[in-house]
Amino acid sequence: MLKQYSFEETAVQTFDDKTSLAMRTEDMQVFYGSNHAMFDANLAFPKNQITALIGASGSGKSTYLRSLNRMNDGIATVTGKIWYHGVNINEPGVNIYEIRRHIGMVFQRPNPFAKSIRENIVYALRANGIKKKAELEERIEQSLKGAALWDEVKDNLDKSALSLSGGQQQRLCIARSIAMAPDVLLLDEPCSALDPISTVKVEETLLELQKKYSIIIVTHNMQQASRISSQCAFFHLGHIMEYAPTGTMFSNPQIPVTQDYIAGSFG
Amino acid sequence: MNAKRTDFIATVVIDLIVASVVGILFFLLAYILTAGLPHVSWSFLTGATDAFSGAGGIGVQLFNSFYLLLLTMLISVPISLGAGIYLAEYAKDNWRTSLIRSAIEVLSSLPSVVVGLFGFLLFVVKFKIGFSVISGSIALTFFNLPLLTRNIEESLSAVSRSQREAGLSLGLSKWKTELGIILPVALPGIVTGIVLSAGRVFGEAAALIYTAGQSAPVTNFADWNPMDPASPLNPFRPAETLAVHIWKVNTEGLASNAAALSAAASAVLIIAVLLFNLGARLLGNYLYRRVTASK
Ligand SMILES: Nc1ncnc2c1ncn2[C@@H]1O[C@H](COP(=O)(O)OP(=O)(O)OP(=O)(O)O)[C@@H](O)[C@H]1O
Ligand SMILES: [Mg+2]
Repeated sequence: MLKQYSFEETAVQTFDDKTSLAMRTEDMQVFYGSNHAMFDANLAFPKNQITALIGASGSGKSTYLRSLNRMNDGIATVTGKIWYHGVNINEPGVNIYEIRRHIGMVFQRPNPFAKSIRENIVYALRANGIKKKAELEERIEQSLKGAALWDEVKDNLDKSALSLSGGQQQRLCIARSIAMAPDVLLLDEPCSALDPISTVKVEETLLELQKKYSIIIVTHNMQQASRISSQCAFFHLGHIMEYAPTGTMFSNPQIPVTQDYIAGSFG
Repeated sequence: MNAKRTDFIATVVIDLIVASVVGILFFLLAYILTAGLPHVSWSFLTGATDAFSGAGGIGVQLFNSFYLLLLTMLISVPISLGAGIYLAEYAKDNWRTSLIRSAIEVLSSLPSVVVGLFGFLLFVVKFKIGFSVISGSIALTFFNLPLLTRNIEESLSAVSRSQREAGLSLGLSKWKTELGIILPVALPGIVTGIVLSAGRVFGEAAALIYTAGQSAPVTNFADWNPMDPASPLNPFRPAETLAVHIWKVNTEGLASNAAALSAAASAVLIIAVLLFNLGARLLGNYLYRRVTASK
């Protein structure tokens, strides 16, 4: 029998005006039809930091993350406000394509296009009007270097992306996202399909990337959260229970549900 | 009976069934080919038919078959591509979509002779187009559309959702994602389906008897202006196809060697259809390798 925790008892940090934020949600609710999957989500993400979202399976991490760049459009109903550069992007009039170029996303399973490595990166760029060869080449190199893949593929850019290993494919997906020059990067369990060595590579990549991007990452792996993130939010049954600097969260969780989850004595 | 024994018996039974299917196919092919091929010659393939007796070559019919096929595909591929994309990507899961699906289902199960009669009454008689290539290809389109649409929808739906999400998450529009990401992946399957349906269209007779007609007026193969009545490209001339010719020679052929004629034409028809099947396979594989850049 799952232990009952009060949803009233939460410990969610807020930031003062001096902290510059990458984005913020205010009273966000998500419904899948009549299924209320996300309740009053209030989270703020500091710029140029990695924020980890943790919690048990089905707690709503992906639901939350996918709402941030409006990938839930047409799948779920999202209410409340999502603030990004002073604009509430959860409005019908907002250009979602534009938003997604600024808020990139990497998925759980590597999903490179069935095209060459080069095409994986330039396809969306060209679709967005970047046509100059020199600029495209520059973006290919920069993004692949950013994703720590350049050395492995620089001689084979015309090879099929599907012939890469899982870890390389995932780094290609990261490269593809950062080639769009986003400023927020959302990652949904990007390492869950990878072996430990590839995982380390992706983690190193992310640590490097936070200098330029603000990163929000969903992970099941608490070691991973503590290795790479500065902030950490704990989700439970569609509620955000605790949000704190990662060090504090793991050494000194404030409320019983987080204490139990981190101690591994959950439910 | 123990599990191992049951397994063994089941395997044997299934093997026998498979073997008999393959056996029947090979017997059929061998029979048609041995009966027909000895009568096939270059002059038979290219020669003209005697309009009265049906004797002579099948040159015009062979051309008509390909021309009709081409026109049919030109009409039906774009329409079914649109319909397939709509059903796979845009159609909501509601009563209207299920109505469309049932309509497609019904259309695909209409007997071809009924489609032919409909085409006859509407195009040939009512619109006064007469027996013509165009009437025939519209009739064939009716019967080609549902199969192609279904094939295209299935090929598109088989592409993983994660590919669509990847496209959308990069800020591509739905349409751009569909055209640039999903369609190329689905293309090998779609092309295979198109070529296979081409084989079916090529061999169709019943829908054409009353639409494209049963006469193959001698055409002037030096005249390629589609507006000229004598041009082979004129879509308004009657055009007996190879399959219709076989039917006609057998039912009302007056030639003394009618049996040999139809056997030879059948062999040619079968070979063409086999080539379509083989081509579908090769082309599909080739495209798959091209599209995924896996050399
Ligand atoms: N596409 C969907 N349609 C309907 N319900 C959904 C959908 N996606 C998620 N849900 C529901 O929303 C709730 C939260 O799911 P979500 O995928 O966000 O959890 P999660 O924390 O990401 O879990 P996991 O760690 O397993 O990925 C679950 O109850 C789930 O059933
Ligand atoms: Mg998830």
